[in-house]
Amino acid sequence: MIKKQFFLFAFLLFSVFYSCKSSNKQYGISKQNIPDYGDYFIASSIGDASYLNPILATDNASGTINSLIFNGLVKYDKDIRLVGDLAEKWKISDDGLVITFYLRKNVLWHDGKKFTAEDVKFTFEKLIDPDVRTPYGSDYLLVKKFEIIDPYTLRITYKEPFSPALESWGMGIIPKHIFSNGDFNSHPANRKPVGTGPFVFNEWKTDEKIVLEPNPNYFEGKPYIGKYIFRIIPDQSVEFLELRNESIDEMGLTPDQWRAYPEFFTNYNKFRYPSFSYTYLGFNLEHPLFKNIKFRMALAHAINKQEIINGVLLGMGKISTGPYPPQSWAYNPEVKDYNYDISKSKELLSDLGWKDSNNDGYLDNQGKDLEFTILTNQGNKLRSLTAEIIQSQLKKVGIRVNIRIIEWSAFIHQFIDKGNFEAVILGWSLARDPDQYAIWHSSQRGDGKYNFVSYENRIVDGLLDTGRRTFDQDKRARIYHKIHELIAKDLPYIFLYHPESLVVVHKRLRGPKVEPVGIGWNFHKWWVPKDEQKYKI
Amino acid sequence: MLVYIIRRILYIIPLLIGITFITFGVMHLAPGKAIDQITDMNIKVSSESKARLAEIYGFDKPWYVQYFNWFKRFVILDFGESFKDGRPAIKKIAERLPASLLLNILSLILIFIVALPIGIFSAIKRNSLFDKGMTVLVFLGFSVPTFWLALLLMLLFGLKLGWLPISGLRSLNYSEFSFIFKIIDLARHLVLPVFITAFTSLAGLSRYTRSSMLDIIRQDYIKMAYAKGLPKSRVIFRHAVKNALLPIVTILGLSLPSLIGGGFIFETIFAYPGMGRLGYEAIMARDYPVVMAVGTIAALLTLVGNLLADITYAYVDPRIRYK
Repeated sequence: MIKKQFFLFAFLLFSVFYSCKSSNKQYGISKQNIPDYGDYFIASSIGDASYLNPILATDNASGTINSLIFNGLVKYDKDIRLVGDLAEKWKISDDGLVITFYLRKNVLWHDGKKFTAEDVKFTFEKLIDPDVRTPYGSDYLLVKKFEIIDPYTLRITYKEPFSPALESWGMGIIPKHIFSNGDFNSHPANRKPVGTGPFVFNEWKTDEKIVLEPNPNYFEGKPYIGKYIFRIIPDQSVEFLELRNESIDEMGLTPDQWRAYPEFFTNYNKFRYPSFSYTYLGFNLEHPLFKNIKFRMALAHAINKQEIINGVLLGMGKISTGPYPPQSWAYNPEVKDYNYDISKSKELLSDLGWKDSNNDGYLDNQGKDLEFTILTNQGNKLRSLTAEIIQSQLKKVGIRVNIRIIEWSAFIHQFIDKGNFEAVILGWSLARDPDQYAIWHSSQRGDGKYNFVSYENRIVDGLLDTGRRTFDQDKRARIYHKIHELIAKDLPYIFLYHPESLVVVHKRLRGPKVEPVGIGWNFHKWWVPKDEQKYKI
Repeated sequence: MLVYIIRRILYIIPLLIGITFITFGVMHLAPGKAIDQITDMNIKVSSESKARLAEIYGFDKPWYVQYFNWFKRFVILDFGESFKDGRPAIKKIAERLPASLLLNILSLILIFIVALPIGIFSAIKRNSLFDKGMTVLVFLGFSVPTFWLALLLMLLFGLKLGWLPISGLRSLNYSEFSFIFKIIDLARHLVLPVFITAFTSLAGLSRYTRSSMLDIIRQDYIKMAYAKGLPKSRVIFRHAVKNALLPIVTILGLSLPSLIGGGFIFETIFAYPGMGRLGYEAIMARDYPVVMAVGTIAALLTLVGNLLADITYAYVDPRIRYK
């Protein structure tokens, strides 16, 4: 009897500890060209989604899932140009006030109902509904009239020409028939979405995983991946362990993870491309010290951006010269950066009257040392490291820099909003559309607005106004090139760097390719050859 | 006794209200509010949208008005909806509770199974090699950072040996398993978390047992038992241990709140969908309804746990009587 129990116990113990350790299978070998269906794709995120409803969702996790389930009227293609998605084409009136969308016919919602212009109108109505908890209303409040011409044509009239409006119609369109009854904010469909996109919602286990399945009726063809699983792994180092264990198929890495031992990535392909964001050192232009452009120029000449990139990002970044990233059509490649030149910087400072009269290594003027404080937010290691490097670089020209790191919301509400700072290190994540009216226009100064450095340039104001009234991309490009040039010259910020996105994808997946927009733009076309498939469906 | 219990229960009510009031106040002292993460430094959100959102959530009112509004709903046991996803806070807690209970009850059982013998034998063989070795071991467990130990064990058993899954509570294809394999799958995922929780909290209980046991074996009635010529095992297990474990009953009562709580670092590391993570994430996101619900339930359990400890103590130890 005891023997039997012992064996049972041993068996249980064995089965608990037993697992099929992945064999040392080689991936990425097959030369096959014709896509196969099947296999899982396992993505991961450190946070769970909140609303699987594009109007209410504000976090990255929800955004990722929503982009697989929903479509907008328009979308960005791989070259960051707007193309039709649910809209087949569109027409903009000559005065720029009216946009007419011609919708795709025969698009079905995941539950089989037909998609029509009514759904678009419903989405629009929810976006501007004051009771709906969406932060995205502002762009749509500029609409004067929303008319349905026929089930597949709609005409939108604006109060004034507004070219970023086109991008705003990339918002995911939600189904009217699902939301027609019940409270919108707490509707059950927010956790059980019905969309038109390449993937159909299957299951959501809070804080564990979200499972999607391919949409056989997708208008661009059924995706090849047999199951999409979005795992929630809240700790980055554990996420990395899971990656090394090959239990996730895609992950965005930090620079030091990217530079880890190559054997960690034997079965992964690495992709690296500049992200749509930049980090900057911004100045309070109302402050007597920073009011003078000569002083800002002295700082610009004293800062070695490449050294910052090498130190903070381990070289995985691009020098920034202005408010647009290099892959954007608004980027002006001819903008000259202030070069790193300590002697020039010293010269400028001495012209301003700063001398080291007491030989303490720091410049002074009328008994006052030249010093200022850089503020940045807590919890962002890259920013605090950047501040430290700038501190040591400016010490070389005799400027004492103090660093203060402040909890995010106190930082924003007590210091930034109130203009209570000298210099800050912050970053902007950018939309694909280059309209940065909110950041640079002189009307956007004041409590809670985003021109908190108080930048003012009448010419830039005028260009920003024209830029958002112009629809022709070539014309707009010329405008934004000029803006880029002027802002770079005026130095309201010292633009430091564009970090790169560092992504690895499992080798068995075919299709990932870096384009200006990044990777993942053709995700529904990714596939795995039959003999390399890891998971059986 | 009955009067005593009723009085104690009545005391809980003002205490609980006081706790919720202070929790709410402290939470509002923390800078920022729930919508900040959405609206701060987001150029897509205009200042008008910010103001409108603040109004929808009631942040435009002073904090005591907000507390009163919360309290009105709390009285009818309505904890409100989470700001994060608009779902009832109580539902979110209910969703996490089974996972937390499972982990914590298993760990508690393991702690008792391991810590009691360690404590008892350390006391009997005081200053022996066993005693000293165990002292080192339990304090090692007490002082080692959980997340560090967890990562190392994950590296060893998950990655290098491949015996156990690295993180999570279930495999991805859990729902396709038969019942037996579901149990095995859960067990495989629970081995590391349970072991680590137990190992890192052995110290308290084992030291407590040891010192209480030491007190007892010096008592006259133990000498008496020896003098009667009883065998040592009988003296220890029939006479000493029984009395030495009386204070342990109190510990059981006091560990009631820890059954639903959980280390957030721990749950984060293991990607374990439990209460600790829920509470922590709610605090970081300033998700007041969830913070308040978790806080109130934890406070209630602590108060009830204290009461239970007192009552059981009186029940098992006839020397103690409440009036």
